[in-house]
Amino acid sequence: MSTGEHIFARIRAGLGRGPLSAETVAQLESRIAAHAPNLIPARSRVPEAERLALFEQMAEEVGTTFAHAASYADVPAALLAYLCEHGLPEQLRMSPDAALGRIPWNVEPGLQIARGRAEPADLVGVTPCFAAVAETGTLVLVSSGERPATLNFMPDTHVVILAASDVFGTSEDAFAKLRAAHPGGPFMPRTVNFVTGPSRTADIELTIVRGAHGPRRLHVIVVRDSGAPP
Amino acid sequence: MKITSHAFKANAHAAMGNRTLRGALERMETGGFSAARVAAVARLPEFDELRDRAVEIKNHTLAHLDFYLERFEREVLAQGGQVHWCATAREARETILSLCRKADAKTATKGKSMVAEEIALNPFLEQNGIAPIETDLGEYVIQLADQPPSHIIVPAVHLNKEQIADLFLKHHAQYGKTERLTEAQALVGEAREIMRQKYIDADVGITGANFLIAETGTTIIATNEGNGDLTQMLPKMHIVISSIEKVLPTLEDACTLLRLLARSATGQESTVYTTFSTGPKRPGDLDGPDEYHVVLLDNGRSGMLGTELQDALRCIRCGACLNDCPVYRSVGGHAYGWVYPGPIGAAIDPLFIGLEEAADLPGASSFCGKCEEVCPMRIPLPNIMRYWREQAFEREVTPLSQRAGITVWAWFAKRPALYRRAAGIAVAALALLAGRKGRLRRVPFAEGWTAFRDLPAPEGRTFAQQWRAQARKRAS
Amino acid sequence: MRKTARPQVGLFVTCLVDVFRPSVGFAAVKLLEEAGCRVTVPEAQTCCGQPAYNSGDRRDASAIARSVIAAFREFDYVVVPSGSCGGMLKLHYPALFAGDPGLREAASDLARRTYELVSFLTDVLGVEHVDARFDGKVTYHDSCSALRELGVQAQPRKLLDSVTGLHRTELPHADVCCGFGGTFCVKYSEISGDIVRKKAASVVASGAGTLLSGDMGCLLNIAGKLKRDGSPVAVRHVAEVLAGMTESPAIGDARP
Repeated sequence: MSTGEHIFARIRAGLGRGPLSAETVAQLESRIAAHAPNLIPARSRVPEAERLALFEQMAEEVGTTFAHAASYADVPAALLAYLCEHGLPEQLRMSPDAALGRIPWNVEPGLQIARGRAEPADLVGVTPCFAAVAETGTLVLVSSGERPATLNFMPDTHVVILAASDVFGTSEDAFAKLRAAHPGGPFMPRTVNFVTGPSRTADIELTIVRGAHGPRRLHVIVVRDSGAPP
Repeated sequence: MKITSHAFKANAHAAMGNRTLRGALERMETGGFSAARVAAVARLPEFDELRDRAVEIKNHTLAHLDFYLERFEREVLAQGGQVHWCATAREARETILSLCRKADAKTATKGKSMVAEEIALNPFLEQNGIAPIETDLGEYVIQLADQPPSHIIVPAVHLNKEQIADLFLKHHAQYGKTERLTEAQALVGEAREIMRQKYIDADVGITGANFLIAETGTTIIATNEGNGDLTQMLPKMHIVISSIEKVLPTLEDACTLLRLLARSATGQESTVYTTFSTGPKRPGDLDGPDEYHVVLLDNGRSGMLGTELQDALRCIRCGACLNDCPVYRSVGGHAYGWVYPGPIGAAIDPLFIGLEEAADLPGASSFCGKCEEVCPMRIPLPNIMRYWREQAFEREVTPLSQRAGITVWAWFAKRPALYRRAAGIAVAALALLAGRKGRLRRVPFAEGWTAFRDLPAPEGRTFAQQWRAQARKRAS
Repeated sequence: MRKTARPQVGLFVTCLVDVFRPSVGFAAVKLLEEAGCRVTVPEAQTCCGQPAYNSGDRRDASAIARSVIAAFREFDYVVVPSGSCGGMLKLHYPALFAGDPGLREAASDLARRTYELVSFLTDVLGVEHVDARFDGKVTYHDSCSALRELGVQAQPRKLLDSVTGLHRTELPHADVCCGFGGTFCVKYSEISGDIVRKKAASVVASGAGTLLSGDMGCLLNIAGKLKRDGSPVAVRHVAEVLAGMTESPAIGDARP
């Protein structure tokens, strides 16, 4: 018997039974296949019109900042304004995401955009966002060849471009969207990152300090035009 | 770490005389997680229902643990990862070492993991020429101080800013840092700067897991710093070390338990980062580890099933029980002498390190029940502690004097007439000793009581004597 | 359950009341009789067995429990002026005999009929006020067992608020343990001493002249600490105030 089998034997001994019957196994597999949500708090069951407001309220409580762009065409100006306001450089590392790439960045020629995974010297990272969760003010970022996860953690400042129509009530909703994107097959990317505010620690005398290892600043540009990205 | 649980009383005594520690404990009590937890729970009306649901999910999973672990393994393999089953701490250490050797690792960055502490991974890696680098700020600080963690969530909470500043000054000189910093912000900034290159240079990143998902072969970590993420995404090998009871059936089940975790631990609505990792990097990914290994550790968990300890397998390591425990608040985490302090430590340490070593841990409880009240997973902690006391009594781990004392007292309690007479004598004697003062400063055989408080004097006759006298009067 | 016009109550005095403060037992009898009960005090009672139970001596605890079950079999209700002993009878006796087909039912039956004193008055007898007078500022400590095992919290506050002249103020950290814990306070005395030090500080901070609670263990512990510190705060069992029996010296106070 392998170690794994030994462990399973001890588990069954503790539970006072032998291997599960085929019927029980089928039931358990059905439970997984159904992946039913459990209790959803009332707070998160907000109508779509209120979701964005709840999301922003919860996110602002933990230090996320917001700007609003009427459409994707307005994003470059909003980003430049944020960088100027905080004295941040105009050198950006951006996800090589096709949709993000179709934003008319050249209307702000001052922005110097490099694309790829994060490099140690990068100070500002710009990424798209798969979904947001209003219940807790959380961004849901999903890794891929076009969306390297290092951009969510290495640069000092993380700017996220979020479509208002991608704001959901709950994390369950975000996973439902992910499942729907890959019906019937494996749907989990290498990494799903839930991000709720800038990095922080309370390890020194329980004082909250921002920017422990992840980004010190988290800024979200919400694009209201719920049409498809350019 | 060196086990000192057998010296709990001496540890506790030292702790209560340690001014720095007591200052830290006071900081926790007044400005810490307990009040924040209460506020967070008040903000979520469904919290208690969510606890019930989480208990159901976890009990269901434990009742079918073999199925869910097998499914988890299958999914990890399907995603290109590997699973390593380890029955004991020794096997887990050796597995991780051999993986590090396979990666030709000189350094391994580490996220916070109580299981890694449990198997004493760090000293073992060091002995074998691999430098483990703690990345969680609290763990980094205690690594510099060469101390064990004193709390599950904030491992360095027993140290103050001055001590941390001294540690940084001493250990960061090698990086050209010569200024002694005084502000928390600056200290964090210096640690961030120094750690950054270590993340990049590491060959292996080791993280724990808050949960494992059977449905997708996913491991989940919940952190506030982002250190666990940098640990797993930058090196070429990611090793997850997890005990077997962490598995849950689906992502939706994890969403439910995640609603309880941060609120119970720190009063946050959510930790800053919750990361779901599934396998190594995918074709086309620009970053991520080339190899993904999940080391699954039993180390006694399977033996807890079907026993009075089974409920403790529901623990999600939130630390709420520590924060609200009057004993922990008096003596801090190190007094408990091993990896898990507080009420959960009292419940499970005797299993891991033996009752002879750890008997004082379930002993040192007033059974106030606050731990069970705040536990998001409704673990009956006082009951489990009482179970250990029963074991200690039966196996004669409890000192003879204590067992004899209870046996003698019980002998009287089972004989009402004798008890009444003995009680009457004792009461009269104590009342006489106290005179009109109404209290006693010193009572023979009761130094434990009178060292810290007076003993109020009995009224002079027992209730039983007076009730009988009144009944006679009524009858006559 | 047999319904009679006058509830037949068996009073479980508790060993600490019996030995240290019988007046609490008499206060309990007065409150119950004034609420219309017929009170009996079975002679064959000594202790609920909790010291043995919590020390891990299950055998002695079971033996004592058996006698308690037998002695209190005939009453409509078993009333206890203590949350800790009340919890022992109501929650832990059924647990002790869960695996004993002979006694399981009897233990559950006793548990069903057992109540802590104040909550019995309010929740079962529907008492909403007491005809007592107490001039002074009072604060109330929740004993852990009463609070967490029996859900007693609002009831004593409600009845205290009905006492003429009584001004009640909330105790800071009222629901935090006082450090008694039975044998805990002598086995781990230094830790217990630290916990009761904090409790005494809360009592003093409340500004109350009198501390009340429903458990003699807590009361002896807190009074002992306050008296050691030279504090003038008077400590009594809540039953004494509700029954209007407060002429005798408070716990640990000198006799005039």
